[in-house]
Amino acid sequence: MSQFTLNLIVIGLSFALYIGIAIWARAGSTAEFYAANRGVGPVMNGMATAADWMSAASFISMAGLIAFTGYDNSTYLMGWTGGYVLLALLLAPYLRKFGKFTVPEFIGDRFYSQTARIIGVICLLIVSITYVIGQMTGVGVTFSRYLEVSNSTGLWIGAALVFCYAVLGGMKGITYTQVAQYVVLIVAYTIPAIFISLQLTGNFLPQLGLFGTHDPTGTAFLAQLDGLVTDLGFREYTAHHNSTLDMVLFTMALMIGTAGLPHVIIRFFTVPKVSDARKSAGWALVFIALLYTVAPAVGSMARFNLTATMWPGAQQGDTFSMGAVSLEEIETSPDLAWMRTWQATGLLNWEDKNGDGLIQYYNEAGAANAPVAAIIEEQGLVGNELITVNNDIMVLANPEIANLPGWVIAIVAAGGLAAALSTAAGLLLAISGAVSHDLIKGTLMPNISERGELNAARISMAVSILVATILGLNPPGFAAQTVALAFGLAASSIFPVLMMGIFSTRVGKEGAIWGMVAGMLTTILYIFTYKGWFFIGGTNMLPDTPDNWLFGISPASFGTIGAIINFAVAFGVSAVSKRPPEHVQELVESIRVPRGAGGAVSH
Amino acid sequence: MSDRYSSNAYWKANLRIIYICLAIWALVSYGFGIVLRPLLASIPVGGTDLGFWFAQQGSILCFIALIFFYTWRMNRLDAEYGVDE
Repeated sequence: MSQFTLNLIVIGLSFALYIGIAIWARAGSTAEFYAANRGVGPVMNGMATAADWMSAASFISMAGLIAFTGYDNSTYLMGWTGGYVLLALLLAPYLRKFGKFTVPEFIGDRFYSQTARIIGVICLLIVSITYVIGQMTGVGVTFSRYLEVSNSTGLWIGAALVFCYAVLGGMKGITYTQVAQYVVLIVAYTIPAIFISLQLTGNFLPQLGLFGTHDPTGTAFLAQLDGLVTDLGFREYTAHHNSTLDMVLFTMALMIGTAGLPHVIIRFFTVPKVSDARKSAGWALVFIALLYTVAPAVGSMARFNLTATMWPGAQQGDTFSMGAVSLEEIETSPDLAWMRTWQATGLLNWEDKNGDGLIQYYNEAGAANAPVAAIIEEQGLVGNELITVNNDIMVLANPEIANLPGWVIAIVAAGGLAAALSTAAGLLLAISGAVSHDLIKGTLMPNISERGELNAARISMAVSILVATILGLNPPGFAAQTVALAFGLAASSIFPVLMMGIFSTRVGKEGAIWGMVAGMLTTILYIFTYKGWFFIGGTNMLPDTPDNWLFGISPASFGTIGAIINFAVAFGVSAVSKRPPEHVQELVESIRVPRGAGGAVSH
Repeated sequence: MSDRYSSNAYWKANLRIIYICLAIWALVSYGFGIVLRPLLASIPVGGTDLGFWFAQQGSILCFIALIFFYTWRMNRLDAEYGVDE
C-alpha cells in the first residue's frame, strides 16, 4: 500500500471519528453551547484542555525550537507548563465559582463597568484571532504535505470539518472531539519518540533516554551531542548562552500568558464543582506533560540524527572519522528518501558549493574556533552546504529520518491535524462567545431570547471560521511574529485584571480599566518599536537586536513588564478612587468560597 | 457562610497554602532551572547537570505534584471550614 493511501485512510478515520462525536453531542441550549452544561468530569476535561492548549506550535514547532538552541529554549517547556500552576491556584476555581460563560463577562461584572467588559472583549479578540491564524496555516501545510492536495484545498477541508463539529456541538461537541484529538496527537507524538530513543540510547522511555547513554559509544547521550555540535562550530547544546534576566522574564511571560488565554480559561467553566476545577488543572498538566517531557528528547535526538546523517562518523563517536554524506547518496539512497521529500516542500535544501560531490554541514559563524576549521582547509570548503533546515521538520520528518514504517508517518500526519484543529475549535468558541454573549447579548441586544442568542452564537462561529480560513489562505506577513503579541497581551492585560478581580476587594473599575489600558499599550508599543508598526517591515524605530533592547529585554519577554505596569497602575489609581460598591465586594467574598457553585447558570 | 470571621480565616489559610506552593513553583523553575543553575553545576545528571534536568523535566514534574498537593490540601481545608460542596 502506498504512503499516500495509508495517510488517506488514517486521516479519514480520524475525521470520521470527530464527526461521529459531533453528531452524538449536539448542543441544544446556551449552557450546553458555552459550557457543555457543566457536566464534564475533571479527568475528561483535563484531556480536552490538553488538546485545546497544545497547538500546531507545541506539536510541530516546539521540539525543533529546542533542537537548534538547546538549554536556552527550556523556557518554552517551563513557561508553557508552569502557567497551569497559576491557573489551578489563582484563577480556575474562582472563575468557575463565579459561574458565568465568558472571560469578559467576569471582568464586566467584577468591575461593574461596560467599558471594562468591552476592553476585555478587544483583548480577547486580538489574542484569539492572531492565534487562530497560526492554527489554520498549520492545517493547510499539513494537508498539502501528506494528502498531496493544494494548500487552499486542505484549508477548506479543515474549515468544513471544524464547522461541522464546532457549530453543531458548541462547547459540548468540542469537548468530546478534543478528547479524541488528544488521544490521536499523543499517540502520534510518542510512537516515533519511543522508536528513536530505542535506536539511539536503548531506552524505550524517551524521558530517560535523554539522560541515558548513547549506543554504541557508551558515553552519556547529551555529552555525545555536545561534542558533536561543538566539533561543527555550533554552540554547546546543554550550556547557558543568553541573558539570564531575559530568560527569566520570557519564561514568566509564557506562564502568565498561558494562564491568561481565554480559550484555556473557559475550559474550566465546564466542570461540575470548584474542587473539580482545581483537579482538572492538575489532570490537564499530566496530559500536557506526556508531550512536554518527550519534546526535549525528540529535539535533542532529532538534532543528533540529522547531524549524524550529514556526518556518518558521528554515529561511532568521532565526527570526522568518515567523510560527509555524498551528493550521490542523497539523490539515490532509499534511506535518505526523506531528504528528497522534504526538499520538495522547501523546508530542507542543500547545495554543493565547492563542487566536491559531498554535502558538508557546519556552522560558518563558529567555524574559526572549532575542529571543523581543519576540515574547512583540508576539504576546501567555501561555506555550509546544508543551506536550509527548517525547525518544523524535526518532528514531522522524524519518523522518516529514523526509517519507521509507513503507518507511523500517517499517524504523525493525523496527530499534527488533531493538534491544529482542536486548538482552532477552542479559539473559535472563545471568539464566538465574546461576540454573541458579550457584544450582542451583553451590549447591543440585552433582550435577545435564549434561542436567539444560540443562533447568534452559531452564526458568529460560522463567520469566525470563514474569517480564520481567509486569513489562513493569505496569512498576513506578520502571522509568525504575532504569537509574541498574543502572549504579551494575555500576560499584560487579561491575567492581571483577573488576578486583581479575585485577590483584591480594593481595586475598582477605574483601576482595572487604566491598568488594562496601560499594560496593553506599553506592551504593544514595545513590540512595535522593534518589530515595526503593525509588523510592517521597515517601520521599526530600533533594530531588533539585544544591544538595542531596554535592559536587554526582548519584545517577546515584555509581557511580564506589561503585567507589572498593569498591577502598578491599577493599585495606584485605586488608591485615589472610590472603593468598589458593597455588592461587588460581596461578589468577591462569594467567589472565594467554593460552596454553592451550582449548575449551569442561564440568564 | 454567614459568619464573616470564619470566611476570613478560611481565606487566610488558603492564601498561606498558595504562598507555599508558589514559592516552590518559583524555586524549581526560575531557581533550579535558571538562576541557581551554576550552583547545581557540580551535580552530574546524564552528561549534563541537575540544573539542566530541572529546566527540561524536573520543573514540569514538580508542577504536577504541586497542583495535586494543592487540590488535596484545599479539599481538606474546605471540609474543615464546612465550605465544601
